[in-house]
Amino acid sequence: MTLTHYLLLAGALFVISVVGIFLNRKNLIVLLMCIELMLLAVNTNFIAFSHFLGDIHGQVFVFFILTVAAAEAGIGLAILVVLFRHRQSIHVDDLTELRG
Amino acid sequence: MDVVSFVFTLFAFFLLLGALGTVFSRNPVAAAMWLVLTFFSAGGVWLLLQAEFLALTLVLVYVGAVMVLFLFVVMMLDLNLAKLREGFWHNAPLALLVGGALAIELYLMLTSPAFHRAAAPAVAGSNTKMIGEVLYTVYAYPFEVAAMILVVAMIAAVTLTHRKRSDVRVVKPEEQIAVKASERLKVVSLPAEKE
Amino acid sequence: MKLLYTVVPFAPLVGAIVAGLWGNRLGRTATHRITILGVLIAFLASVAIFFDVHNGNTFNGPLYTWGTSDGLTFEVGFLIDSLTVTMMLVVTFVSLMVHIYTIGYMADDPGYCRFFSYISLFTFSMLMLVMSNNFLQLFFGWEAVGLVSYLLIGFWYTRPTAIYANLKAFLVNRVGDFGFLLGIGLIAAYAGTLDYAETFAQAEKLATMNEAVTGWPLITAICIALFIGAMGKSAQVPLHVWLPDSMEGPTPISALIHAATMVTAGIFMVARMSPLFELSDTALSFVLVIGATTAFFMGILGIVQSDIKRVVAYSTLSQLGYMTVALGASAYSVAIFHLMTHAFFKALLFLSAGSVIIAMHHDQDMRNMGGLWKYLPVTWLTALIGALALIGTPFTSGFYSKDSILIAVAHAQIPGATYAYFCVMAGVFVTAFYTFRMIFLVFHGKERFGQAHAHHDHAAHGSDDHHHGLAPGEKPHESPKVVTVPLVLLAIPSLLIGAFTIDAMLFGGWFANVIFVDEARHGSIAALREEFHGALAMGLHGLTSLPFFIALAGVALAAFFYLVRPDLPDRIAARVRWLYTILVNHYYFDRFNEIVFAGGARRLGRWLWQIGDRTVIDGAMVNGSAQIVGEVAEAGAALQSGRLYHYAFSMILGIAVLLLFLYLV
Repeated sequence: MTLTHYLLLAGALFVISVVGIFLNRKNLIVLLMCIELMLLAVNTNFIAFSHFLGDIHGQVFVFFILTVAAAEAGIGLAILVVLFRHRQSIHVDDLTELRG
Repeated sequence: MDVVSFVFTLFAFFLLLGALGTVFSRNPVAAAMWLVLTFFSAGGVWLLLQAEFLALTLVLVYVGAVMVLFLFVVMMLDLNLAKLREGFWHNAPLALLVGGALAIELYLMLTSPAFHRAAAPAVAGSNTKMIGEVLYTVYAYPFEVAAMILVVAMIAAVTLTHRKRSDVRVVKPEEQIAVKASERLKVVSLPAEKE
Repeated sequence: MKLLYTVVPFAPLVGAIVAGLWGNRLGRTATHRITILGVLIAFLASVAIFFDVHNGNTFNGPLYTWGTSDGLTFEVGFLIDSLTVTMMLVVTFVSLMVHIYTIGYMADDPGYCRFFSYISLFTFSMLMLVMSNNFLQLFFGWEAVGLVSYLLIGFWYTRPTAIYANLKAFLVNRVGDFGFLLGIGLIAAYAGTLDYAETFAQAEKLATMNEAVTGWPLITAICIALFIGAMGKSAQVPLHVWLPDSMEGPTPISALIHAATMVTAGIFMVARMSPLFELSDTALSFVLVIGATTAFFMGILGIVQSDIKRVVAYSTLSQLGYMTVALGASAYSVAIFHLMTHAFFKALLFLSAGSVIIAMHHDQDMRNMGGLWKYLPVTWLTALIGALALIGTPFTSGFYSKDSILIAVAHAQIPGATYAYFCVMAGVFVTAFYTFRMIFLVFHGKERFGQAHAHHDHAAHGSDDHHHGLAPGEKPHESPKVVTVPLVLLAIPSLLIGAFTIDAMLFGGWFANVIFVDEARHGSIAALREEFHGALAMGLHGLTSLPFFIALAGVALAAFFYLVRPDLPDRIAARVRWLYTILVNHYYFDRFNEIVFAGGARRLGRWLWQIGDRTVIDGAMVNGSAQIVGEVAEAGAALQSGRLYHYAFSMILGIAVLLLFLYLV
């Protein structure tokens, strides 16, 4: 298994999540999930490079990304809950208050 | 096909399957379950890359904590699924276009000779120990910062979702302690009644 | 001596400041005492300087260096020589007389202290102008006298006509100043200095150069530009239009500024610049023609005026034309000589006109006067002396200066001299006619005052209560001493000064080394010198010469028209109605200016307002930029839909483009 295999796998995962963001544009929860998928793809890349280059620092980076992603998921979901309390909906079309 | 290739193909298959399931499933609960599958598979792939610590962390943290949180939220909210699904395929051509272009570009990029690296250097010793050695020395400060981020995120999540309920009667100990005699007891002098 | 030089201009300045700032607190008497003291000091110092200069002590040096910039030095300095000291004497003497006279004339005016402050300030400005040794200070004095003139014409600022007149004077003078400033700028650019002496030292070099942009001969360009300034200040055609209107100011001002001193600044300046003007025949011709035109045609206008002050004003214009003619004929000293004599007799005429106006209770219309000589004997006598001097009666001061001009013009050889000679000769007749028309109308003939005002032009002017006129049956009285004493004091030099000074001023070398004449090319003054055999002989010869008979004819005709047959002028006017109309409308100069310049400026302003300001600046630039910002912001706001997935899309698109870019690179 060469580096390219892993990178292609991560790339495929990334493209799927991009398509997912396009398709699930109205569903905030699935959007958050897609972002998790993207981060997973990126993390896979980091680990693959770390492995094939013999450099442990890449894995430390993944560690931090996981930390931040967990924090992001936590806050994101908290916002989602607050939002739902106000609007009775997580429909993205209802969230256009920042429109210019 | 050697064992490693087989295992890689297997995990890769489940990984992509889980991702596709996450993206296309109708129900957010099902999507969360597909995402669990994806994370498990990704953990497997990471194991192949000899990143045992991170693979275990992924499974423990993501599957064990984050995904449970997702499921919890999804189930807690009373979602109008039909409304969320409407216009699902509306952007499909655009998604196909952008996704296709991105896929082609990534393919062209990643298959370029710059990324040819067949053999990985041999790794000796514990992966966890290696990470720990770096994490607690070189990355000590970022590690502390990460810890701070998690604390802040926790507080933020609690603050955001916390609700004051007005219909609950509670005891306020600080008021009870701070009370003075004069607020509770009134000494009045009454004239003695004559008979 | 330097201290004395300094005292001359600054004593009146101190008086002006004290009178202007604290006049109302000090009271009227203290104010006029202080200002008169200032002018008196200046006059006495001028007399002392005069004797000093007479002994050969001239001075040329800086007093104070204001600044230096790129080799150009801006200085305040004095040039004290015979020309300067002559002007200083004239200015301070006439100013002193006017100060004293003002006590009587302005006695019941609320702006008494302000008036004294202004005339002292004027004296200071005029002295700075004549004493200057460089162009910058000359320009300062030039503008300062213009400012005071503006203030004084509009002295009665509640009268709309006065405001109109002072604005007009200011604007017309700006036109002249524009030329003047161009001339100074050319000198600064090509000679590299503002100092008179340094400029004159380079005059020969300047004469060989051409102006870089236009290719015109430099010296001609400089001289004509400077002379345009002189045209504005000395009221030469076509920049004369402000002077008749300036009679809206109080009469002492008409005497001081608009007859005796300020308007002669242009004459003085050209005489001062004689080393430059001598080098350009073209410029001299220009000067000659302009002067001759002014002398004759403005004199004619004096005939149809009914306002006593306006008659004197037009005669001033005409006499300024004579001075200009003398300048054009290279007889600079004669011009200065006439300037001096004219200052005396014209101030005298103005002040006597003022005296008449006081007696008539501020009615200035000559048609309401007549027969005043019985009531105003001193005024009548002094006015008569002034009139005789003005028309050039032999042995009066006016005779010597005017006859010298006539002779000088007769001997001038530059182009335009013949035309000028005709004009000045005809001007003699016109001068005699309108002057004695005024004398006869005012002092002789039937008594027309004290009647209901059949002729009352001033009502049409919308003027206020300053034009009272006498009540029916009321008799005029002679003016108080403060009015008549200056008249007498001015009458003496008007009669005598010409005879006593002509020899020294024109031929005795008084102006040697000061006024430069290239006698090889411009022989007027040399011819004059040849014909001169003493003042007495000149006077006697004058009795038998052509100008005297011409003047006599003018007086006789005036006597016939206004004493013998007073009905005739109106009938003649009715016969040649078209000519009369042209004259009454001052050759339509005002109308022309009104339509072409004022109207043109208004149209230009409207155009600039509508197109330049509203459309381009306001429309395109101010509101336009705001509108563009608004439109850009609106377009930007459309991007900000508030929909989360739009932002996600654009991010992903960005990634795709970035990848493509990386791949291609």
